[in-house]
Amino acid sequence: MAYTEEELKKELETKEYEYGFYTDIESDTLPKGLNEEIVIAISKKKEEPDWMTEWRLEAFRAWKEMEEPEWANVTYKKPDFQDISYYSAPNKKPKYNSLDEVDPELLDTFKKLGISVDEQKKLAGVAVDIVMDSVSVATTFKKTLAEKGIIFCSISEAIQEHPELVKKYLGTVVPKKDNFYAALNSAVFSDGSFCYIPKGVRCPMELSTYFRINQAGTGQFERTLVIAEEGSYVSYLEGCTAPMRDENQLHAAVVELIALDNAEIKYSTVQNWFPGNKEGKGGVYNFVTKRGLCEKHAKISWTQVETGSAVTWKYPSCILKGDYSIGEFYSIAVTNNFQQADTGTKMIHLGKNTKSTIISKGISAGQSQNSYRGLVQVNSRAENARNFSQCDSLLMGNRCGAHTFPYIEAKNKSAQIEHEATTSKIGEDQIFYCNQRGIDTEKAIALIVNGFSKEVLNKLPMEFAVEAQKLLEISLEGSVG
Amino acid sequence: MLEIKNLHASVDDKEILKGINLKVNAGEVHAIMGPNGSGKSTLAEVIAGQEEFEVGEGSILLEGEDLEELSPEERAHKGVFLSFQYPVEIPGVSVTNFMKTAINESRKAQGLEDMPANEMLKKIREKSEMLEIDRKFLSRSLNEGFSGGEKKRNEIFQMAMMEPKLAILDETDSGLDIDALRIVANGVNKLRSKDNAIIVITHYQRLLEYIVPDYVHVLHDGKIVKSGTKELALELEEKGYDWLKEEAAV
Ligand SMILES: Nc1ncnc2c1ncn2[C@@H]1O[C@H](COP(=O)(O)OP(=O)(O)OP(=O)(O)O)[C@@H](O)[C@H]1O
Ligand SMILES: [Mg+2]
Repeated sequence: MAYTEEELKKELETKEYEYGFYTDIESDTLPKGLNEEIVIAISKKKEEPDWMTEWRLEAFRAWKEMEEPEWANVTYKKPDFQDISYYSAPNKKPKYNSLDEVDPELLDTFKKLGISVDEQKKLAGVAVDIVMDSVSVATTFKKTLAEKGIIFCSISEAIQEHPELVKKYLGTVVPKKDNFYAALNSAVFSDGSFCYIPKGVRCPMELSTYFRINQAGTGQFERTLVIAEEGSYVSYLEGCTAPMRDENQLHAAVVELIALDNAEIKYSTVQNWFPGNKEGKGGVYNFVTKRGLCEKHAKISWTQVETGSAVTWKYPSCILKGDYSIGEFYSIAVTNNFQQADTGTKMIHLGKNTKSTIISKGISAGQSQNSYRGLVQVNSRAENARNFSQCDSLLMGNRCGAHTFPYIEAKNKSAQIEHEATTSKIGEDQIFYCNQRGIDTEKAIALIVNGFSKEVLNKLPMEFAVEAQKLLEISLEGSVG
Repeated sequence: MLEIKNLHASVDDKEILKGINLKVNAGEVHAIMGPNGSGKSTLAEVIAGQEEFEVGEGSILLEGEDLEELSPEERAHKGVFLSFQYPVEIPGVSVTNFMKTAINESRKAQGLEDMPANEMLKKIREKSEMLEIDRKFLSRSLNEGFSGGEKKRNEIFQMAMMEPKLAILDETDSGLDIDALRIVANGVNKLRSKDNAIIVITHYQRLLEYIVPDYVHVLHDGKIVKSGTKELALELEEKGYDWLKEEAAV
């Protein structure tokens, strides 16, 4: 029987759902505002078990009593939490009918990033014919993972299919009441990823949310849970270099990583939310709680390249609970125009002989403010804990700011903590030197910035690193007049 | 090749170059000498297009084309190369990567494709051997932690890679040890041809024994006060600048 094109599309869509790359939600948008009924409604719509509904409600009740944090070095107009709709079905209707209708500036950026036309359409929200190819890639991908016992699906699917795992680990690293945004997320999260690597398994490929984002658009309150069983390894890539525009101004994600004995998790993020226009209007507020727990001899590395958002508030952290566990944080944060970023990390040393490394590279241009805020905490029983922190700031022009706030709390005398910080400026003489060699100013800045960020770029998986480099270039375009 | 006519340049209303005239033909080597602060580096940088300096009167022509409206990178694309007196450091950018970028940017300006990787490698190998540069050196960050002499040798390596029409070497000899001076000077000599021209700025006659100039000019207080052949350098070595200063004052 010959398929009509419509039927083929339908068939492929349901297949995708089967493979978990879609979170299929039938309903539309819930009314604005947040109260217990809304929380229950979200849980109902997702057909969650009672324990999950109860969990959300507890989070909501805690959140109601909490206050929005004020300590970060950012200023913004606070969102009105009752003016947000906390649930809306993924927008299946394409926003545009063809690429011609899309903002040419956005398309230009896509081109510079080397994104294929099909992908450009998906990212911009243009109607696309479903490409056979991407479905089959996803299928092979799923199959390889399944053979190894690896679970990689949406968090909603995990709640349905693997409730024992979700119940055991959800909220163990970032408790429901951890902070204002985490509590909010716990109450209302509607999408996100779940990943489970069985004992002794090395995940054979980089797990990437890119797959899922491409198709469904990111959620406003994402929830990610990664569990690496004893002796397993996984490298997880989050985000996407393409600029993500979103009508939702507030984003509050929670990411929890659990590395059991001898396990290793590498978590790399490239984040490029819309930063707002040159006057600083309309950008995304990104308030994220990311934390990992290391058991004995386990290792967690956070690597991030942040170029987007109007306001970023983000501190990927490691709890080094097990003896000999290792935490690493490598970060590049770029701010331009009117962006504000307050990012950094927390390394909590609980176990003996635990080790942490922090390399933070902040690049500020325009009138932006870029703050590093880091806490190294060594508990009394953490014998021989070691930390090395290095925070480098690069300034472009005279109107931007870089700030470093390192906090150290050492309760064990054997702790060795080293902190280095530098601030430099891109010098006119460096630019002239490059110009003299035939390199124009824009390219010269890209070169200097890439050089400055090299230690961190080197930590990214190869493909991601190349994209990230291009992204750095683009985000600083026009920053020197 | 290069023709400078009555060139005046100033910074913060302070005039540094006060009417320079200089003509350099293809195939020639000119040496510029002169006391500290006389304006030698300024002249070099003005030719290269350093915007810090305000060019008042006068003009600079490269192969008949006025450079005034051209940016430093456009001048570089036209074949102007400056070996800096004080090369700057660019942390995290390897010598190789820097050269690759520089060459490809120039090619792009000429409407050419990027240089194929194997060709680039071959060139790097060839030029680094000529200047006796250890390959490990090329993966280090540009000029970062380089010794004074290493920086200068690296400048000439870049010149060799870029194959400029007009090369200006600003005190390339200072900081080089005796052996390095010979190696670098030999390298420069190999790059000499009937199609390009070199301007060497130096304080010492020694360099000119290796890179033999066709003409020697003395710059004093922003003006060329004397021009001659290579014998002038010997005379200066012997007598210093005082006699010229006196002459100029009259
Ligand atoms: N950016 C600047 N601002 C102020 N004065 C400057 C600037 N650049 C150069 N000068 C001045 O111009 C004069 C010429 O400087 P220049 O560097 O050209 O001398 P030079 O002949 O190369 O000297 P040297 O032999 O010491 O290298 C000096 O008095 C110097 O102080
Ligand atoms: Mg000088």
